[in-house]
Amino acid sequence: MQIPFTVAARPDTGLHNAKLGVWLFLASEVMLFGALFSSYILLRVAAPEWPHGSALLNVPLATVNTIILISSSVTMVMSWASLMLKDFSKYRRYMGLTILCGLLFLVVKGFEYGAKFSHGILPSEDLFYATYFTLTGLHGLHVVGGIIVNFYFWGPGSRMWKTEPQRFTNRVEVAGLYWHFVDLVWIFLFPTLYLL
Amino acid sequence: MQHTATEGYHAGAVHHEQGFLKTYVFSQDHKTIGLQYMMTALLFLFFGFTLMLLMRWQLAYPGKAIPGEAFALTPGVLGLAALLIGVVSKRKLAALVGVVFLGIAALVWYLVSDETLFPEGVMVPELYNSFGAMHGTIMVFLGVVPLAVGAFGNYVVPLQVGAPDMAFPKLNMASYWSYFFGGVVMLSSFFLPGGAANSGWTSYPPLANIATVGQTVWLFGMVLLITSSLLGSVNFIVTIVQLRANGLTFMRLPFFVWAQFVTSFLLLLAFPPLEAAGILQLMDRLAGTSFFLPSGLVISGQQLGVSGGGSPLLWQHLFWFLAHPEVYVLILPAMGIVAEVIANNTRKPLWGYKSIVYATIFLGFMSFIVWAHHMFMTGMGTVISTFFQTTTMIISIPSVIILTALVISLYGGSIRFTVPMLFALAFLPMFGIGGLTGLPLGLAPTDIHLHDTYYVIGHFHYVVAPGTIFALFAGLYYWYPKVTGRMMSERLGRIHFWGSFVCMNGIFFPMLIQGLAGVSRRLYDGGAQYSHAQGVLQWNEVMSISAFALAVFQVPFLINFFWSIKKGKKVESDNPWDATTLEWQTPTPPPHGNFTSLPEVFRGPYEYSMPGSSRDFTPQNVR
Repeated sequence: MQIPFTVAARPDTGLHNAKLGVWLFLASEVMLFGALFSSYILLRVAAPEWPHGSALLNVPLATVNTIILISSSVTMVMSWASLMLKDFSKYRRYMGLTILCGLLFLVVKGFEYGAKFSHGILPSEDLFYATYFTLTGLHGLHVVGGIIVNFYFWGPGSRMWKTEPQRFTNRVEVAGLYWHFVDLVWIFLFPTLYLL
Repeated sequence: MQHTATEGYHAGAVHHEQGFLKTYVFSQDHKTIGLQYMMTALLFLFFGFTLMLLMRWQLAYPGKAIPGEAFALTPGVLGLAALLIGVVSKRKLAALVGVVFLGIAALVWYLVSDETLFPEGVMVPELYNSFGAMHGTIMVFLGVVPLAVGAFGNYVVPLQVGAPDMAFPKLNMASYWSYFFGGVVMLSSFFLPGGAANSGWTSYPPLANIATVGQTVWLFGMVLLITSSLLGSVNFIVTIVQLRANGLTFMRLPFFVWAQFVTSFLLLLAFPPLEAAGILQLMDRLAGTSFFLPSGLVISGQQLGVSGGGSPLLWQHLFWFLAHPEVYVLILPAMGIVAEVIANNTRKPLWGYKSIVYATIFLGFMSFIVWAHHMFMTGMGTVISTFFQTTTMIISIPSVIILTALVISLYGGSIRFTVPMLFALAFLPMFGIGGLTGLPLGLAPTDIHLHDTYYVIGHFHYVVAPGTIFALFAGLYYWYPKVTGRMMSERLGRIHFWGSFVCMNGIFFPMLIQGLAGVSRRLYDGGAQYSHAQGVLQWNEVMSISAFALAVFQVPFLINFFWSIKKGKKVESDNPWDATTLEWQTPTPPPHGNFTSLPEVFRGPYEYSMPGSSRDFTPQNVR
């Protein structure tokens, strides 16, 4: 038994199953982060005073992190494009870079957290830090998830390239969609928490 | 279970004989997963019902010792009988069910004989609260939704769209196991110090924030259940969009598929905000934040040592943003089942198929902007109340369209009064009562009087219990011959139906009377301490006796369900009800891969009694 349209696109929808699946999953992720952003807005407008993010958080470090994450999105697209050009060794290089960028992002984030923790600032400090740690923490978990998936496709999962190249290319594309979403969430988080 | 080596219709597919674990436990076949969902959900329904029976004793006879032996013995005897039958006749399923029933009996006995929980046989208020919270949680998230979506959706949708399986079989398996462990986590919380969650199924802060550790475990359990429904809903939507058979256009889909389709969107988009809320509440409870805790909160005369500044109202918004669409998650699959059964048993096309479909889609959209009608009493302001009562009145229109179309479908039909049809017919007035009693709750002025009274309990139980659960019974009796190849007994089915029908009304109608008199919900003594409740207190005993009788009337169902697996009347064809939809065009039971040849669809879903046709039904795949 084989499930139809796992590799080829269904003619009338123009999609293969996993692509539709990941778009739906991302829709639910939008609702998850949408609810958190809405909560942030509600709490902030109700607060008598709210600190300016740039006064408390490290804006230069976060800017560096933004650049790192955007670059990783570019390398992710390049890795998929390399597969489309049937250049597997180039794919490995770009995917490896994507994973490294993801790890680098987490390391920088770790330094940011560490600086706060060492001053005794925890999520329980006040509502500003509570939202900061919760939102960036949840985003960090999404980055970790993305790195694990990307690592699988860089390493053991890439064996599929030899047997089913089209299916493997689809998988990388779908993983890329998720990775861009994680990137996009950060692009909203950065100004919301650090600049506004 | 018959296990033929029939291949799916894709050339070159080879059927691998798999071991017991892969076939029955870690199965990726949508039918097995559907059955796993069904058995688990039925057991949770039974357990949630048992909790309520214990509570109903306290409500009818506050302060009197509970006959714990009777409460533990009933499932105990049933379990022992099933276990014996299972061991003697070597039926693994019966033995397994027996063990689970014995487990339930042991759990009940453990609770009832605990002196701290039942001093001198009387339930303590804390336990009553915890039972109330867990009854709601178990019935909604572990019972009805998994049965309606996980079980019926999984089993029937791929068959009705002519697919060999769900689009993502591995995700499907992950969805079931995530649900299963969510359930285990929820059950384990009964053994924690302070017991299971006790802040109501709504978990309103600040109470939920300062509740015992059971609440934390409840939140973790919910995260697992949300994951399960997320995986499931993605799978359903992709299956329906991508795996429809050739010729099966959207307007040829059986209404049940449409109902599951819209339901999946509701689950997909409404659950994440609750997950967000759950994360925030976990942070409040574990990391000491105060998302839901206002400044200067004083508990037991002591200032709470948190930074404050949060909003308890925020939780209510996030919670009801899920929980109102959840109401439609509970009712839409039920309407889908009822539509299938009614079309089949009236031997006519469904009246107004397109109107029903459009009404369902509209209902799905609207269900996202009515949530704050649960919050008229929170002081959120008259402008917001006006908006939400307007949208609430608007959303009643598509529900009325669907119900009206189903009622008109009966007109002029030569109705077969089979057991599934009895349940489907009873659904119509029962859901009607549930829906109409909702209108005064959706209008802010009348809601002020009725809010949080037994009227609310009566209202939503009419929707879910004699509404949705009756529809689920209709589905069980209707699709049983497809799954097992045997019919369930008509006589036992009728006893089950009429007994349940009378008892359900005996339980829930008095709630409306008590609520109109102003009796609040969640009262440990059923209102005995209030003078305004004295005139309606006698109904408590009526309701409780009806509930105990309802339990007795489920015994014929249980006997019927297990006895018919091996001893029921054998079906004479793959299509015993003379139905038109694709699930009846498969072998019985459907093999791995479902269809023996690629189905192709040429017509709409309900072509019964078509002029010029030799039979009174024309299956969808007949040219």
